Amino acid sequence: MVPTAYYLVLAAILFSIGIAAFLIKRNVITIFISIELMLNAVNLTFVAFAHMWNQISGQIFVFFVMVVAAAEAAVGLAIIISIFRTRQTLNVDEIDLMKS
Amino acid sequence: MSPMPASYLWLIPLLPFAGFLINGTLGRKMPRALVSAVALLSTAVPAGLVAWLWATMRADGAPDVMRVVSYPWIQITGFQVDFAFTVDHLTLIMLGVVTGVGFLIHIYSVGYMAHEEGYWRFFAYLNLFMFFMSVLVLAESFLLLFVGWEGVGLASYLLIGFYFRKTSAANAGRKAFVVNRIGDFGFLLAMFLLVLHFGSLNFTQVFAAIGQHPEWQGVRFLTGIALLLVLGAAGKSAQIPLYVWLPDAMEGPTPVSALIHAATMVTAGIYMVARCHVLFDRSPIALAVVACIGAATAIFAASIGLVQHDIKRVLAYSTVSQLGYMFLACGVGAYTAGIFHLLTHAFFKALLFLAAGSVIHALGGEQDMRRMGGLRTKIPVTFWTMTMGVFAIAGIPPLAGFFSKDEILFQTFMSPGPLGKVLWLVGLITAGMTSFYMFRLWFKTFFGESRFEESRDLHEHGAAVHLHSGTHAVMVADHEDDHAAHTGGVHESPWIMLGPLVILAVLSVIGGWVGVPSAMWGHNEIEHFLDPVFGTSAGAASATPTGPGLELGLAVVSVLVAAAGIYFAYIFYYKKPGTAAELAERNQFAYTTLENKYWVDEFYTNFLVIPLQMVTRGVLELIFERGVVNGSARVAAITTRGFAWMTRSQISGNIRSYAGWLAIGAAAVLAVMVFGHQLWVYL
Repeated sequence: MVPTAYYLVLAAILFSIGIAAFLIKRNVITIFISIELMLNAVNLTFVAFAHMWNQISGQIFVFFVMVVAAAEAAVGLAIIISIFRTRQTLNVDEIDLMKS
Repeated sequence: MSPMPASYLWLIPLLPFAGFLINGTLGRKMPRALVSAVALLSTAVPAGLVAWLWATMRADGAPDVMRVVSYPWIQITGFQVDFAFTVDHLTLIMLGVVTGVGFLIHIYSVGYMAHEEGYWRFFAYLNLFMFFMSVLVLAESFLLLFVGWEGVGLASYLLIGFYFRKTSAANAGRKAFVVNRIGDFGFLLAMFLLVLHFGSLNFTQVFAAIGQHPEWQGVRFLTGIALLLVLGAAGKSAQIPLYVWLPDAMEGPTPVSALIHAATMVTAGIYMVARCHVLFDRSPIALAVVACIGAATAIFAASIGLVQHDIKRVLAYSTVSQLGYMFLACGVGAYTAGIFHLLTHAFFKALLFLAAGSVIHALGGEQDMRRMGGLRTKIPVTFWTMTMGVFAIAGIPPLAGFFSKDEILFQTFMSPGPLGKVLWLVGLITAGMTSFYMFRLWFKTFFGESRFEESRDLHEHGAAVHLHSGTHAVMVADHEDDHAAHTGGVHESPWIMLGPLVILAVLSVIGGWVGVPSAMWGHNEIEHFLDPVFGTSAGAASATPTGPGLELGLAVVSVLVAAAGIYFAYIFYYKKPGTAAELAERNQFAYTTLENKYWVDEFYTNFLVIPLQMVTRGVLELIFERGVVNGSARVAAITTRGFAWMTRSQISGNIRSYAGWLAIGAAAVLAVMVFGHQLWVYL
């Protein structure tokens, strides 16, 4: 049986990769994917702990996260499409209308 | 007939409320016929229910009190107020007046307001008033009564200011509201004291608690509560010193004056005092104050009424004066007499106002009696119905006003101490004045030469005058047809207006027969009817041994005084029309004083309103509003701007920089969570 710590380390690595990608990348879609990566890292910790404590609730949380992520992906992709249509770019550095 | 279930009581206020909601929200789009139908139906059904209720409560073996409790309203430890209604015989009389007279006035309004802009608004407000007034009289606790109390004040405000484009009407509405607030302040304080001393606001609990303590006779806190309640009642029932709003309230449409400012709302103060009679009976000081206020108001307002020229103002001062009578009755412990007068007054004063409205309608908006006259043959139905009202209020037997006013005077005379005799004399003089100014109105309006310059009024002033001088010319552009129809001259009102007049005239004649005292070979049904409510207190005066001779003698005296008033009015305004002017000439000062209403309004303006405004403008606005409120707002703005200046460089619009800050923050939080306890050690 794989110790829980392994899962947590893996999740931490995945999460860190997600953060790094989010900060470094400029393409909106890549950023989007990095968010998904972070979400799934969290999911992994949930499942790991659920297994460790023999509790079902952690797994249920994972389903919620998945549902929310799916909804978010739908909305997010729609936004990306409309941004691309209006600005002909997906570079986040150029999408800065809200700056003061 | 089967008895009415107690839960149906809820329909009595709720149906007018439904009418208000329908007309208030959809009325603008609805045809006038539908608006009238909704308004009439939502008052007719409660009137029918009240009739059923009467039958139920009068049936043999019926309980004296009917209660219905819905659910708790306020519930804190040791204190509870429910949405609860109660009906006893006092409530029955009030309900009868409110729904019965209210319904008649609704019918009348359909005719009177037919050409007015804002028809739906008028009926929505009128229904709103009916709702709150029913709540007021049905309420089982001080708090629920207060809800109705404030609500009728609101409806009154809205209706006084119905012609809101006219500045005087808007101001009158505001004045009524503000003056009433002063009274409400007293009422509120009284409620706080009640909670403090009784821990309850329910009538039954408070009165039962008083009943259990016979030693509480004239104790200070009861007197305090009673006096504060008197302040509230003085505001609502237009007594000295808070009567000033009622004459101005005549700016509202005439049916409103009849319903709210004569028959029902202004009697709420008397109703409240009568309802709290258990409390007042324990405080001789408060009772004496009530009696003195009442008598003073009666004679004071009557004297002003002697010289007013506006037909509605005469009636307004007459109302104030008659309310003074009711106060006087309550003050001498003759609550039954007060309620009896309330009942008869509701009939004849509503009648007088509606008839005056019919006169005004006939003359296309003219309210000044100096420009009336000779209308007897032109508007005969109005004339005859108004005649009934005039005779009734003047106290001519056997019309309604005679019995009720006489009962009050008799009970005042019989009340112990020299005060009773003085108050009786004041009441008697007032009775003379009442019959004088009412017959002055009668002669000036209906007899003599016609002083109405029709051509000038109806052509030069045009439609605006026809619309009771209240509506703006812009509003009436599409009523030219109606207007044209009215230029035909002085015209009798339609039957939809005359019908209620006739019914009220009949009631003004026979309404007093329920209270014929035994000295006049009657049974005084109303006293027996109200016995369960007022118990022994009502009979306090009549319990003293007197023969019927005294009562009859006093009645003869008051009839003679009334006759004298009529005689003088006849001489002054019919036989030798110049006499009054001569008299005014000779007593210039007295006449000007009366005509200017003793300068009370001016006094209030100069000594209360203006200093208050100065304090408001000088202290409150300058120091508090500009200094504290605006200043603190400015400080907050400057602080925010400072912080913004410090952090604005962070708002780069760059998502990745935001995300970076977020990540650093999250890492910091994580670090504190994980290593925080070790940090504490080092610190």
